[in-house]
Amino acid sequence: MLQHSIQLHSIDYVLLVTYFVFVLGIGFVLRRTVSGSKDFFESGRSLPAWICALGFIGANLGAQEVMGMAASGAKYGMMTSHFYWVGAVPAMVFVAIFMMPFYYGSKARSVPEYLKLRFDEKTRGFNALTFACMTIMSSGISMYALAKLLSAILGWNFHGCILVSGVIVLAYIFMGGLTSAIYNEVLQFFLIVFGFLPLVLLGLKDVGGWDGLVAKLVKPATDAGFAPDTWTHSWSHTGSAATNPMGVEWFGLAMGLGFVLSFGYWCTDFLVVQRAMAAKDMGAARRTPILAAVPKMFFPALVILPGLIAIALHSAGGGFQLPSKNGGLDYDMVVPTMLAHYFPTGMLGLGLTALMASFMSGMAGNVTAFNTVFTYDLYQGYIKKDGDDAHYLAVGRATTVVGILASMAAAYAAASFNNIMDILQLVFAFANAPLFATFLLGMFWKRTTGHGAFFGLISGTVAAGIHHGLSLPHGATVGIKGGWLGAVHVYPSEMAQNFWTAIFAWSTCFFATIVISLLTRRKKTDGELVGLVYSLTPKIKEHDARWWQRPALLGSIVLAFAIVLNLLFW
Amino acid sequence: MHLDVRIPIGLLFVVFGAILTVFGLFSDPAIYQSHSLGLNINFAWGLVQIAFGAVMLGLAFRGRKAKTQIPGGTTHLE
Repeated sequence: MLQHSIQLHSIDYVLLVTYFVFVLGIGFVLRRTVSGSKDFFESGRSLPAWICALGFIGANLGAQEVMGMAASGAKYGMMTSHFYWVGAVPAMVFVAIFMMPFYYGSKARSVPEYLKLRFDEKTRGFNALTFACMTIMSSGISMYALAKLLSAILGWNFHGCILVSGVIVLAYIFMGGLTSAIYNEVLQFFLIVFGFLPLVLLGLKDVGGWDGLVAKLVKPATDAGFAPDTWTHSWSHTGSAATNPMGVEWFGLAMGLGFVLSFGYWCTDFLVVQRAMAAKDMGAARRTPILAAVPKMFFPALVILPGLIAIALHSAGGGFQLPSKNGGLDYDMVVPTMLAHYFPTGMLGLGLTALMASFMSGMAGNVTAFNTVFTYDLYQGYIKKDGDDAHYLAVGRATTVVGILASMAAAYAAASFNNIMDILQLVFAFANAPLFATFLLGMFWKRTTGHGAFFGLISGTVAAGIHHGLSLPHGATVGIKGGWLGAVHVYPSEMAQNFWTAIFAWSTCFFATIVISLLTRRKKTDGELVGLVYSLTPKIKEHDARWWQRPALLGSIVLAFAIVLNLLFW
Repeated sequence: MHLDVRIPIGLLFVVFGAILTVFGLFSDPAIYQSHSLGLNINFAWGLVQIAFGAVMLGLAFRGRKAKTQIPGGTTHLE
């Protein structure tokens, strides 16, 4: 497994236990602030923008992100930064400026509920159901990954890891609801920064700074048959899919990742949107994603750089070696291997605590989004419409318990039926890919009808499935990777296939929704759509706010920075 | 009344920093030769964490003072 099997000492355990005490303590202190369902699910809409922003980014900063981006950094080099500067920042600015007014300004308490107000019951039901299943699966897979990692590198008990992580997350959400989850996400954000920054600094010093790193990254690039500077550039080698390790060309990258997948996630996923909706007023809600985009922009330094350093050291053939798996390198082990290499006992405890924190923040984000969507959209929507507030608060708490138990079940399912989980995940990805088309049309074209939205979504999902069934990544076998309808097209890589599946799904949904909307009658009157559709909603006056409170200005500054970063690492 | 999130953050980092700094003073220097390029990272990064924690606590304290000065006023955290 690991070349450096990690040995923890009592000091490392002291740090870990101290962290657990703080996490639970926050939930305990906050339990007094929960007096109704609005406090539990929406933090009473009372939080300042900077807290929501760090929660927004913390909920997204799960361990799969931290470990996965480091893995991609090693595997694909600087091109991984596209997941930040192309695949995140523009969408975060867009949701803040153009979409938050409708999410926060309408009476909706969740993203599915917005769909009910804007369209109809069936569109909301479809979205709520797929979203609820997806959050449980994500949190289960997160739990499974944590338990697998800790049992592999530390020799901890797999079942014990699942039980302890589940119980701690359950306890702090149960007591303090969304506020507790967000506060912990803020804490976890800082822990991740403080746990990973020294790793990056030591690694950079070791390879001889940025210049040394660039020089050492020539070998992995030429070994893989690419131009010498491939690992240190983001756009230069995307003219053709054959000249870069990701196997994608600039159009698929910009359109598939930068537009469809990125906007689909940041603009419609309730997991992140919920954090902004907890803000104390409209201005704070709109500033949340923009403020969150600031650290997001610099995360490549924290999560991709360790991957670059790891592959540079590995290729240089010194004392640092990445473990291998199935004949190739085990890229998922980049972060644990780096931690074991650079951190002595003490700092190792901090590094592991940071890793644990990222697992928990990812899990808690899913569970809080799940309990809200389940309680408001499924339970109140279909099971009991007229309960009093205390009833829904109780249901929310019970749902938190059920959500954690279901996540644990999903974790075991992931452990025993790898394929079933992969298939399910794929199906939900199909349901998600077209979603942004529905929101875009719903918010900016008042003629969009409920039938248009619903059947447009279904056709987008079906289109994603068909595209996946007809295509195959290079070198893959027919099955879960695609081609089950007969592989008529072979993509250079799995990533290229994903991007194009998303592009097909989105386009199908977009055009189907327009056609069906034109053929069906609009049921909602203009009056009912005020606050839900752009052209019917009074514009928010921004000029009375101070300049640093104006979302459009802040958003432009953030976008300009993202462009500069793209150019710097072109 | 809400808990100011800067208080637990500040406290956690002061505690973490203190533990690591003290540990760094008494630990065997050999562990730094084999891991962190000879640098006593526990001591150095412990100090950084104490400083960060102290800043967080300071901000929380200032926020609280501002709140008590304006009766019924809310703190502006941005």
